[in-house]
Amino acid sequence: MKTLSRLYIALILLFLYAPVAVMIIFSFNSSGSVWVFEGFSFDWYKGLMSDTTMLTALEHTLIVAVLSALISTVLGTAAAVGILAIRKKIAASTVMSITNIPMMNADIVTGVSLMLLFIFVGNLFALRESLGFATVLIAHITFNLPYVILSVMPKLRQTDANLVDAAMDLGCTPFKAFFKVILPSISTGIATGAIMAFTLSLDDFVISYFTCGKYQTLPIVIYNMTKKSVTPDTYALSTIIFIAVFVLLILYNMLQTKSEKQTAMRKVGAK
Amino acid sequence: MNKKSFGSQLLAAPHIVWSVLFTVVPLFIMLYFAFTNADGVFTLENIKQIGLYKKAFGISILYAVIATLITLLIAYPMAYFMTKVNISSQRMLMMIVMIPMWMNFLIRTYSWITILANTGIINTFLKSIGLGPVKLINTPGAVILGMVYDFLPYMILPIYSVMSKIDKSLLEASEDLGSNAFNKFRRVILPLSRPGIISGITMVFVPSVSTFYISQKLGGNKTMLVGDVIEYFFNAGPDYYNVASAISMVLMIMILVCMVIMNRFSDDDSEGVII
Repeated sequence: MKTLSRLYIALILLFLYAPVAVMIIFSFNSSGSVWVFEGFSFDWYKGLMSDTTMLTALEHTLIVAVLSALISTVLGTAAAVGILAIRKKIAASTVMSITNIPMMNADIVTGVSLMLLFIFVGNLFALRESLGFATVLIAHITFNLPYVILSVMPKLRQTDANLVDAAMDLGCTPFKAFFKVILPSISTGIATGAIMAFTLSLDDFVISYFTCGKYQTLPIVIYNMTKKSVTPDTYALSTIIFIAVFVLLILYNMLQTKSEKQTAMRKVGAK
Repeated sequence: MNKKSFGSQLLAAPHIVWSVLFTVVPLFIMLYFAFTNADGVFTLENIKQIGLYKKAFGISILYAVIATLITLLIAYPMAYFMTKVNISSQRMLMMIVMIPMWMNFLIRTYSWITILANTGIINTFLKSIGLGPVKLINTPGAVILGMVYDFLPYMILPIYSVMSKIDKSLLEASEDLGSNAFNKFRRVILPLSRPGIISGITMVFVPSVSTFYISQKLGGNKTMLVGDVIEYFFNAGPDYYNVASAISMVLMIMILVCMVIMNRFSDDDSEGVII
């Protein structure tokens, strides 16, 4: 049974990683083919460094990801505190349902409806270009918000309300109590939300496709490349992204294990 | 935290304004486009035209349902086996399953062309042993494979996270009460993992039924899914926005109906709903 289950896990991982392996191998191909491997070379990686379309797109992607993660984290954390404070049950659940819409809706519907809004407003003000940086940023903040709120809310629920009372009894203003008591206890939720927002934004294609206009992000450039015949440079770019994500995740995992060990040690020490 | 003061309620205000402006209003604008013509005059013409795309809706649902079922069948044992290895390997495995999700899905899909094409890896292998070439790319099977591949982690992770929280003492109790392995699975593990199954199904079905890239790349141009139709019309220019809005609206309602049905399933606690 044990060997059987190991074998099954191995097979699924093989399935998950086969295309990744193909991509990495062909990114080193010396010819322009993604079918026949003709020899090893770094040419496609060198080519990327001088590809301005690609570099600009990378810059756009990072700007949008950082800004949208930042704004949605601030808005979302405030919203989570606010929503939990809403007294009327119906009001709170209405707000939550609206919050969840971008998460439940198919990406294409979210993308299309935002695009129509931007075009509608653009026509209203007779703008020549309705879509661009601002619209893609708005779109990303919109689809990031529910994920931030849903990561912060559970942490907020676990926080003891008496702590805030205690802090205020000891002379904190509500504002100070929030930053001294609540914020530290929900910080992991906020961090998770921010990381999620950042990665979702980096990876988004469908919603950006409908809202970005000429402000092309990396997935859009990749899409345009795969529309024509693909050359290994797309694979080279993806390999770099893959390795960056891989290293980040390993680091994140190591940090988490380390902090868990530290808390475990502290618990032992306290005893 | 349940301090309920008027002041803290206000913190939700920016988010509420944002959601109304960029979630609710866009849906109404879509509705407006769906019921007007290019000049902004009320019409039912767009809704009537949807009948022309019955086939696209039909195969979208069919492919998405098949892909979701296959994903479930593959992911369920995977999630179960993952809970059987030791804790540190479990975390490692979870990460390994997640990493492909962070890769751009366009590239993940595209790599399959290299594997499936007539001159691709599988066919080169088949030819070398004297079988084939077999037509793999540009078939419905390739589209479904693409959906299964792209969304498999979304099925594995929720099922795994629910399963890993199942209390071991419940399993022991069922053994003590004389359950064999099959009954233990059917009466304890399966019902307790149902929430994971439900969220996995939604997370795979929704992107599958609305995809527009996978079908274009792996299905050739023969298979038009709803997503492809919507994308095609939005690219065709402002004259077609109205029809495209109507189709998007129907797609949204269709997904909504599917989710309501799914939630029925998850609320229903009677036995044998899934088996």
